[in-house]
Amino acid sequence: MSADDGRIILQTEALTKHYGGVHALDDANFILRDGEHVAIVGDNGAGKSTFVRQITGVEQPTSGKIFFDGEEVSFKNPIEARDHGIETVFQNLALADDLDVPSNLFLGREETYFNLGPFSILNERSMGQKALSALKTTGVKIPDLKNKIRNMSGGQRQCVAISRAATFASKLIIMDEPTAALGVQETAQVENIIRGLKERGIPLILVSHNLRQVLDLVDRIWVWRRGKIVGAVDRDKTDGNEIVSLITGVKSGVDEEAAFV
Amino acid sequence: MAQVATTGTTASLPDKSRPQWPAEFNVFIGLILIALVFEALGWIFQGHSFLLNFQRLSIMVLQVSIVGIIAVGVTQVIITGGIDLSSGSLVGATAMIAMSLAQVSTYERAVFPALTDLPVIVPVGVGLLCGLAAGFVNGALIAYTKIPPFIATLGMMVTARGFAKWYTKGQPVSFPTDDFAAIGAGMNPVLIFIAVAVLFSLILRFTVYGRRTYAIGSNEQAARVSGINVEHHLMLVYGIAGGLAALAGIVLAARGLTAQAGAGVMYELDAIAMAVIGGTSLSGGRGSIIGTTLGMLIFGVIISGFTFLRLDAYYQEMIKGAIIVIAVVQDVYRQRMRGRI
Ligand SMILES: Nc1ncnc2c1ncn2[C@@H]1O[C@H](COP(=O)(O)OP(=O)(O)OP(=O)(O)O)[C@@H](O)[C@H]1O
Ligand SMILES: [Mg+2]
Repeated sequence: MSADDGRIILQTEALTKHYGGVHALDDANFILRDGEHVAIVGDNGAGKSTFVRQITGVEQPTSGKIFFDGEEVSFKNPIEARDHGIETVFQNLALADDLDVPSNLFLGREETYFNLGPFSILNERSMGQKALSALKTTGVKIPDLKNKIRNMSGGQRQCVAISRAATFASKLIIMDEPTAALGVQETAQVENIIRGLKERGIPLILVSHNLRQVLDLVDRIWVWRRGKIVGAVDRDKTDGNEIVSLITGVKSGVDEEAAFV
Repeated sequence: MAQVATTGTTASLPDKSRPQWPAEFNVFIGLILIALVFEALGWIFQGHSFLLNFQRLSIMVLQVSIVGIIAVGVTQVIITGGIDLSSGSLVGATAMIAMSLAQVSTYERAVFPALTDLPVIVPVGVGLLCGLAAGFVNGALIAYTKIPPFIATLGMMVTARGFAKWYTKGQPVSFPTDDFAAIGAGMNPVLIFIAVAVLFSLILRFTVYGRRTYAIGSNEQAARVSGINVEHHLMLVYGIAGGLAALAGIVLAARGLTAQAGAGVMYELDAIAMAVIGGTSLSGGRGSIIGTTLGMLIFGVIISGFTFLRLDAYYQEMIKGAIIVIAVVQDVYRQRMRGRI
């Protein structure tokens, strides 16, 4: 395996999440190395988003261990994960529709003039300027930053969410289906942001259904089926057919139906 | 920027940045129109002006300013996507508590004979703290037990009213010190309302608290994953609403020189109505103190307009009800337009 030499940035051991009787995530052993870009693929309901929620502190796993950057962690909430340098673009965009772009970029980490607890005065100038340059570095063009998110197109919203993550991520960035609802141009733009992250050496976990995109962008592909990791293949040593057969559970040939598995 | 406008994401949405005027502007127009209707009716039926009467206008503002103080807190609660039904009862309860600590020693049937002639800070401070505490309880119930705000504050509404009645076994509490009575004297209630409205208007607009209040109402999940402690924030918002209800209770008691267990009945609905008429969305995320102030003035114009025309108070209630329904329908309609995008 080509990436074996890098330092491990994220590792899970037997990570498991049950929702009542639903085994959404079962015994997942996952490894991500420094600078590596990996994809997580699998059918709907395979447990991809569940995995993301466990490692970002949105939910607490039923059992199993998570190691991040050399130490065992159990994030009690997304703030802790973020404080460790993990930024996430969630599948259901985490944007506040009634706020403008800078307010969304800095949501939960507002810049202030002096500290008066919750009543600290916002430094809107600084946040506005930083938002502008953040969007510039990610190549996102939004005509009016003061416009509310509600009045923006799906593509623009997605780009705001991704710019936010790309701007603040220091150790790991996770994107859950970032291009699911985007047009051709917007998808290309998001893919460019991802390539930029690769150049900056920031590790990425990309959840996607788009195999073309996955094969284009990442180093390694992890395949999920029914809550379990069923394989991890290097991008250079695989092709779409192998991945599809792993996803559906049909090991030989891709034309057969997977219903009997 | 112009040459890149055809690439990237700008191209997908050139037309949505239509000019928008603030939602408060519509409310302002509404206020003017309603006032003009009464002005016209004044000339037709009374033979003189409705608006050009300073005394009438002062009384008009005075009448609504106490509920207006509550509405400032309720607006913030509604912006988070919640509701507060307990404020009217908190007015009653805190009015009783504050008044019982504000009595003069010369009155021999004081609630606490040992605690008379206290400095005014005591009844005010204790009253405000009780309101704040009740608000924190509302917020904690909503944030931690996930009881819908409607139910949690309904519980507080019944409990606080029960407390107000139990406190003196239904007896009114009277004879405050001059200092306490001064709080409600003259135009002081209006001045207190203005101070509260300006303060919270600035806080909502310029502080972290304000930004997060809107964020929670817009998308609570987003606020949570963005690192906002939603539970603490909701407690703070409901606490402030409780504190403002207590302030209204104190002003009401001071103005009337007496506190009764039934004080503030239905104020919660008037306060909610002022906020909604002022453009605060019941689904959260949108609203402002300026809008609520305009909503309050619409209330004032209607009440004083009906008195001016010597119309029955029953009509007043019915018209008020109709305006609330219109405001809510408009809000729902706006939401639906949004949903279609
Ligand atoms: N909060 C929950 N309570 C109960 N079941 C849940 C919950 N969240 C997810 N599940 C279940 O867990 C399984 C995995 O869901 P998950 O969202 O992780 O799938 P996914 O791989 O992200 O799918 P998609 O590609 O559609 O996003 C599904 O069967 C889902 O119904
Ligand atoms: Mg998913």
